[in-house]
Amino acid sequence: MAEPETKRSDRSPWNWLLLIPIVVPVLTFVYNRDEPRLFGFPAFYWIQFLFILVGVGTTTLVYQMSKRGRRP
Amino acid sequence: MSDHITEIVVFTILFLLVSGMGFVAARWRAPKDMGHLDEWGLGGRNFGGWITWFLVGGDLYTAYTFVAVPALIFGAGAAGFFAVPYTIIIYPMFFLILIRLWSVSHRHGFVTPADFVRTRFDSPTLALLVAITGIVATMPYIALQLVGIEAVLKTMGVTGDSLLARHAPIIIAFAILAAYTYQSGLRAPALIAFVKDTLIYIVILVAVIYLPTKLGGWGSIFDAAEAKFEASPSATDGITLNMNNQVQYVTLALGSALALFLYPHSITGVLASKNRNVIKRNMSALPAYSFLLGLLALLGYAAIASGVKPLPGATQGTVDSNTVVPLLFDMQFPAWFAGVAFAAIGIGALVPAAIMSIAAANLFTRNIYKEYLRKDASHADEARVSKITSLVVKVGAVACIVFLDPQFSIDLQLIGGVIILQTAPAVALGLFTRWLHRGALIAGWVVGMGLSMWMLWQIPNPATKRAHFGGSAFPLSEFGFDTKRTIYVGFVTVIVNLLIAVIVTLILRATKTPAGVDGTTQDDYFADEGDPRIDRDLTAVETPSST
Repeated sequence: MAEPETKRSDRSPWNWLLLIPIVVPVLTFVYNRDEPRLFGFPAFYWIQFLFILVGVGTTTLVYQMSKRGRRP
Repeated sequence: MSDHITEIVVFTILFLLVSGMGFVAARWRAPKDMGHLDEWGLGGRNFGGWITWFLVGGDLYTAYTFVAVPALIFGAGAAGFFAVPYTIIIYPMFFLILIRLWSVSHRHGFVTPADFVRTRFDSPTLALLVAITGIVATMPYIALQLVGIEAVLKTMGVTGDSLLARHAPIIIAFAILAAYTYQSGLRAPALIAFVKDTLIYIVILVAVIYLPTKLGGWGSIFDAAEAKFEASPSATDGITLNMNNQVQYVTLALGSALALFLYPHSITGVLASKNRNVIKRNMSALPAYSFLLGLLALLGYAAIASGVKPLPGATQGTVDSNTVVPLLFDMQFPAWFAGVAFAAIGIGALVPAAIMSIAAANLFTRNIYKEYLRKDASHADEARVSKITSLVVKVGAVACIVFLDPQFSIDLQLIGGVIILQTAPAVALGLFTRWLHRGALIAGWVVGMGLSMWMLWQIPNPATKRAHFGGSAFPLSEFGFDTKRTIYVGFVTVIVNLLIAVIVTLILRATKTPAGVDGTTQDDYFADEGDPRIDRDLTAVETPSST
């Protein structure tokens, strides 16, 4: 196609961070236990709730950082 | 029925209110001309951050999820909590992968994933397979939304003995839904999602704070659940995982996450957003729903602690475990609030059902009707065909529920999740590379499908006393391993699918079989709002459609 190639890309080293919320929830040995409990919740449950925050933190960070990086 | 009168009144009022909104939605942010599939089928491709949050949230977290996940926790314990890692994993995946689909679709005016596959791999056949897979996987999913409403109606005692009496309320509800979806397209679920999600948030927050005070705190709720699982003979239940179901837990979470963003309805929700940043920001905001889902899942334990006994199922001697959460609300909440909670679930079914039927209709219109039946269909024709197809799809879903055992829909949905995964090499990998040959992708799809069916066929379900299609946890011992561990079927079959695709690609390349022309450029995958559209149809006609 004869259009000018603008060479855009969404490559950013920050993207690697997104692997964290994909890999961490898969490691059952980290959270598959009852103790210690938090507010009555077994570790299995509150740790996985914590992972939601990890996910939010990562996507937010990557979004902000790669946005900043792209603006010259 | 009489002791549920308050609940029924509250439910009906909220339901009618929302139906009214569905019809009004046609005029919400409406353009002068609705005769284009972008308007009816994608709401104008112009939704901002908030609307996208409500729409996609209402779309991914369906009524069925809201009744079935707690039901799973109620029955099996920790294994049912897979919904939480599943909905954590999905967002970084969306962030990396689906954003490219948005860009390339924005650039080329794609409405469905099959549109993309057709242009990328220059293969109408592969696109047809993707479209059919999408439609087949979506149909039972719509039917399951009805299962969600039915669980609520049953709990309120709105049920009868004859086939017609039992299903009349659902038929009416779906007729209303069909009418306003026909009228307003994607704008209807987008507007209704505001009400639905607000109600759901209120109900769940009240439930997780109020119920423990009545049941002696979360600690004793978990203890009650533990006591129940210890007393049960099953080896796979418990409030934590055991050696045998950990692999299943993880592969199910991964596989479901991958499947979810291949489902046509999630893609429809994402393509309707305005620009890349709306999607990226939502990946940080949507996990709020995961939090909600996790809390809701735990209500399955609250139901154990408060001694809920599920209502009988459709066939003699079975129980309908989907009634667990509605029964819990009925037991523990004052009648008016139980009515609100039921309305939240009921309306919760309408949003995804509408989006799913729109997505299936778009697939039919773009990849079957326009491709094979009428190549010269105009934009207005496309919009019209899609509207009619959405009606047909809903009639089909209602027929599934009325004439078949609801269990059959649940089985089909289970199969749906596995088969939609078979489109991953073409749709998801296709967004990054064109290395895989179109013929090889077809071969991989065929083998993946065949293997999926065989594996699912092998799985019995002792609880419902069925020999086949009893679940998605495949015993590894069937492959000759000496173990009791199980694995998610879709995970295995998509890997085999990919393997076949790679091998066949090498063969086809060696024999120099033509691979077709890529209709996209590298830059298309980063296009954003404001970039010009490359629309072959438009340039051919030259004037924007004015019908």
